[in-house]
Amino acid sequence: MADKIPRQKMPQQDPAKRIHNFNEVPLGYDEKTAVLEATRCLQCKRPTCVEGCPVNINIPGFIKAVKEGNPLEAFAVIKQTNSLPAVCGRVCPQEDQCEKLCVLAKKGDPVAIGNLERYVADYEREKQHYTFTKGETVKGKRVAIIGSGPAGLTAAGDLARMGYSVTVFEALHKAGGVLVYGIPEFRLPKDIVQYEVDALKAMGVTIELSRVIGTAETVNDLLSSGFDAVFVATGAGLPLFLDIPGENLQGVYSANEYLTRSNLMKAYRFPEYDTPIVKGEKVAVVGGGNVAMDSARTALRLGSKEVYIIYRRSKKEMPARIEEVERAEEEGVIFKLLTNPVRFIGDEKGRVKAVECIQMELGEPDASGRRSPIPVKGSEFIIDIDVAIIAIGNGPNPLIPKTTPGMDTTKRGNIIADPETMKTSKRGVFAGGDIVTGAATVIQAMGAGRKAAKAIDEYLSTGVW
Amino acid sequence: MNKIIQNSKISENVGKAIIEAPYIAHHRKAGQFVIVIVDEVGERIPLTIADSDREKGTITLYYQIVGTSTHKLSLKKEGEYVYDVAGPLGHPTDIRNYGTAVCVGGGIGIAAVYPIAVAMKEAGNFCINIIGARNKDLLILEQELKAKSDQIIVTTDDGSYGIKGFVTDELKKILDSKKVDIVVAVGPVPMMKAVSELTRRYNVKTLVSLNSIMVDGTGMCGGCRVTVDGKKQFTCVDGPEFDAHLVDFDELMKRLNTYKDQEKESFEKHTCQLEKYHGR
Repeated sequence: MADKIPRQKMPQQDPAKRIHNFNEVPLGYDEKTAVLEATRCLQCKRPTCVEGCPVNINIPGFIKAVKEGNPLEAFAVIKQTNSLPAVCGRVCPQEDQCEKLCVLAKKGDPVAIGNLERYVADYEREKQHYTFTKGETVKGKRVAIIGSGPAGLTAAGDLARMGYSVTVFEALHKAGGVLVYGIPEFRLPKDIVQYEVDALKAMGVTIELSRVIGTAETVNDLLSSGFDAVFVATGAGLPLFLDIPGENLQGVYSANEYLTRSNLMKAYRFPEYDTPIVKGEKVAVVGGGNVAMDSARTALRLGSKEVYIIYRRSKKEMPARIEEVERAEEEGVIFKLLTNPVRFIGDEKGRVKAVECIQMELGEPDASGRRSPIPVKGSEFIIDIDVAIIAIGNGPNPLIPKTTPGMDTTKRGNIIADPETMKTSKRGVFAGGDIVTGAATVIQAMGAGRKAAKAIDEYLSTGVW
Repeated sequence: MNKIIQNSKISENVGKAIIEAPYIAHHRKAGQFVIVIVDEVGERIPLTIADSDREKGTITLYYQIVGTSTHKLSLKKEGEYVYDVAGPLGHPTDIRNYGTAVCVGGGIGIAAVYPIAVAMKEAGNFCINIIGARNKDLLILEQELKAKSDQIIVTTDDGSYGIKGFVTDELKKILDSKKVDIVVAVGPVPMMKAVSELTRRYNVKTLVSLNSIMVDGTGMCGGCRVTVDGKKQFTCVDGPEFDAHLVDFDELMKRLNTYKDQEKESFEKHTCQLEKYHGR
């Protein structure tokens, strides 16, 4: 019977309207739709979906509670293993994780697990609050977490639940890391992130804002000042650039800077907010990941008339979620595929006015397994632009690796950590998330935070490194 | 939130603020900076830490009142708060006994050169300090620096105080007359460029502290990137000090103009609101 009900769609803001505002695009399920969707779940005895979830949410368990009209109970089930459900319900690539392994996906559409998770978290936030109990710091041990992004917050939540005294050090003036500076409001409203952070505080987690580790105090200082373990979760660091001529012209941004100005500093509300941003008429975004889509869609909302995604491979190879690519297309972003920038051209004042590109064709698969792009000789052409945004990834931030002797890094400077325990080569120091793996997804970082919390507990309980 | 202990205008468009920030006061070293957010809607603005008092837990900042943020800061009264202060940020200056050190400060850059000059002197250098500004009103920290100098030279462009002329004229005289082991220069980009071109001819190691546009100040945004020795460097985590002879000053100057129009727009809105507020 269940398989006769189609997968319930989530209503969205109309593309023509939404490109003029920063409000969230998908609007959420109502109760009836959520229950109907929950009814589709087969409640498998051996649920494969759970294996696909980096934080192993009891998916059939929470869906059962939704089906029975008990969203608050569903919330409690999710919170057992996931500190940030409202975030995950929005930004996780479920199609590659839990939903991919859903039994229903074999014959048709999988259960909309992500949409249901979002429904549950939104219900709790908007309709009926769950009472968080302040964790008893029964373990008598202190853990320092550096960075309040998805990895740091997840580890903080898990460790607080286990009874550790947890302090999170955040370099910026708001907690959330990439969730507040990187992901735009229309994809993840900032008050939702703040709500999840407040929930952790209610559990007893201390968050020290504007505290940069590595410029004054170091990891060693933390270890010698009473912390029994340190989890380094500083995230993606220095933005990568193309290293082509003209990249330092005015109007050429890293995606990190462009998005931080708009999201964290609210430049989209300039001059009500003081932080400025160059609003171009014609904008080129270089890259094919989620960050590139976020940048392009932000540019549209800032009033840009023509926004291009310039990507050197074809659509198939794009690392962005299909959903994000589709939304960008709906909103009118122009995709220049198999295209690579060669140089930026500036005017006499040093402002970018055009980008010269070259056509590419796909050759043999490279080390990443994707077919490598090769320039087509003589195919150069010029696109007029006044803003360019480079969204091709990040290298590691050097502040902590450089000031932590005994902690090994890769040649590129990423911290080396055991993929299961997140242990670094330095006793008492764990690391996870983008600072270890390079740019990845929110949920992968959360998975690392969860593994780290487990390993930190083991280490502090047994004393064995 | 950080409490303002003292805030005053020391000239028409230069302010001096003493702000409660015990952690920063305890840890900061010469050459480092903070990022200040004046109020909830404020920008993150980088300011050099000019001085600190560990016991009182305060830091001293000098700021040139040039736009919305610095004007807002200048309006903050004793006992009020700024929204946030983060730091210390950036590499400290490489302080050593080089022998003879000449520290050159221009305009608001004098505040940045001051802690470096003090530290150079404490490290045993023979310390000659040259400070200059467009006019007398823009000169700051003369007496404080004098107390820490083996020799101090003051210039103004218009001759309203000290020697009429540029800091580079005086620096040249020193370079011609004695062996100098290191020059540190902080000030407007054209001044740092001129110092750099001069000392290159004398082959004297020269450090400059750059005032790039920044957002986070911790290596995340890349807005502060500068070309040094042909390579991209981030002022916040690779600097703020660099070998002057390797810096592309012309590019830096252009990048600093990125928000000229928006800064004007923001300041107009800000002053307009102020006028409304004061019932004018």
